[in-house]
Amino acid sequence: MDLCFLNINITSYVADPLSHEFMRKALLMSSLVAAVCGFLSSYLTLKGWALMGDAVSHSVMPGVVVAYALGLPFSLGAFIFGVGSVALIGFVKQKSRVKEDTVIGLVFTGFFALGIVLVSKIKSNIDLHSILFGSPLGISLSDVKQTVFISLLVVILLSVFRKDLILYCFDPRHAKTVGINVLFLHYLLLTCLSLAAVVGLQSVGIVLVVAMLITPGATAYLLTDKFDNMTIISVISAIISSVFGIYLSFWFDLETGGSIVLVQTFMFLFAFLFAPRYGIFKLKKFFSKY
Amino acid sequence: MDKHNYKSYRIEAENICVDYHGKVALYDANLRLKAGQICGLVGMNGAGKTTFFNALTGFVNISKGKIRINGESLRIAQKYQAIAYVPQSEGIDSQFPVSVWDVVMMGRYGSMNILRSPRESDIQAVKDAIDRVDLMELSSTPIGNLSGGQRKRTFLARAIAQRASILLLDEPFAGVDIRTEKLISELFIQFKNEGKTILLSTHDMIHVREFCDLVLLINKTVVAYGETSEVFTPENITSTFGGMSPDVLLGPES
Ligand SMILES: Nc1ncnc2c1ncn2[C@@H]1O[C@H](COP(=O)(O)OP(=O)(O)OP(=O)(O)O)[C@@H](O)[C@H]1O
Ligand SMILES: [Mg+2]
Repeated sequence: MDLCFLNINITSYVADPLSHEFMRKALLMSSLVAAVCGFLSSYLTLKGWALMGDAVSHSVMPGVVVAYALGLPFSLGAFIFGVGSVALIGFVKQKSRVKEDTVIGLVFTGFFALGIVLVSKIKSNIDLHSILFGSPLGISLSDVKQTVFISLLVVILLSVFRKDLILYCFDPRHAKTVGINVLFLHYLLLTCLSLAAVVGLQSVGIVLVVAMLITPGATAYLLTDKFDNMTIISVISAIISSVFGIYLSFWFDLETGGSIVLVQTFMFLFAFLFAPRYGIFKLKKFFSKY
Repeated sequence: MDKHNYKSYRIEAENICVDYHGKVALYDANLRLKAGQICGLVGMNGAGKTTFFNALTGFVNISKGKIRINGESLRIAQKYQAIAYVPQSEGIDSQFPVSVWDVVMMGRYGSMNILRSPRESDIQAVKDAIDRVDLMELSSTPIGNLSGGQRKRTFLARAIAQRASILLLDEPFAGVDIRTEKLISELFIQFKNEGKTILLSTHDMIHVREFCDLVLLINKTVVAYGETSEVFTPENITSTFGGMSPDVLLGPES
């Protein structure tokens, strides 16, 4: 009897939110975005581009604002500024003696500040809060179309060039030696990064999108020694975090973007502590004793 | 006639210079190697050995000079996988989640289709290469779980699988045990007999004596170059290593 009661209760906890149209949409879109970011994340963590991810995602801010003001698709503006920031970082690094991480920090904070100033100046109906912290519950139909299109594009690009990108992250020198176009792969990965940041910011916002791009990959890296498995684990953990994060925000009335990222962080923490080979407590050893 | 002569060199580097952000790492370096020659590249830490390799693989651009591979430009040589490069251990991420098999297969990428899906011949080449470096039992092991010497052999297998005619090896003997050292040096002799051209950097003077036909002593530029027996003299070695006595470097017998 008791068990039956509990069962019904849990079912309603899970099913009730699904009766809302905006929740169904949010869950679907966030899962898609999470899957794309998770997919890319295994490359970024191995390439060591966490800071680059942070830079690109912050730099898209003025692009989003200008695009909204001009009535253009926000992804277009974001993409232009994302790629632009990377080009600028490369240029400044090459032409000055300032170290790379300094240049990255300098450029992205500059762009971000420009975005914030623009919001205050343009004074249209831009919702600063939803740009900074995401609004997966309020995604419009045109946003849905853009997101699906960009997500597919990124997944196709990453799949077609999967092996080349792995080689590029692992040993670009060898890639170059056997005549593979390394510069192309570099910009391909940057393009995918910009695009993923663009879709990711709808879910968790500009401030936290970098978490979507690195945390799932880092979690997966602790759990496997195979690149394929790493990608799969990364995608799955990203989707789970998204779904669970949205549910948490519904149940407890929390900021959605924040709770998605927090779930991701907890998943990483769990892997960090209990991963069979690379966790602090090495569960496998623990079990094999008994 | 002239053209034929030109072609007879596998590697031709003429007055090449490399700088990193304005800091010169290598200048006016020359090198000419033919088929079946093994050349040792010797110099101190920071002398520009890795830089020389980087220039020959096209990984860094030379600011001056000319590089010809089989009489043609580097870009063309890359297209037909003429050069294989075995990196110095410090140059790679040893925790990267790929297996021995994956790494060796990367040697075949240049001749595969865009999706890099292996053909029967690629699989055979990878098997043969792994067999030659004696790593068959470990072929599905992630490289993070290998010893340093096994990892060295993995990258050597990648170069073998690539079937390149020119092998560039950055410190192939650093940190390997006697057994692996023997296996590697036997492979070099086999490569030589197959007509491959080998350029290898090393800090071990004994190896140079043992199987290098030629030696290139560098210290940001070429200090001496030629037949090992003629060039590998205590005086030259001393000047390469900035005045250090050859006794320290070679042992008292030399
Ligand atoms: N990517 C780089 N950027 C800037 N300077 C570099 C770079 N790579 C090498 N250098 C500099 O160029 C010089 C030559 O370095 P290189 O790596 O070629 O030396 P090496 O002979 O291979 O030394 P080792 O025996 O330690 O491997 C060094 O002074 C080094 O500091
Ligand atoms: Mg070196």
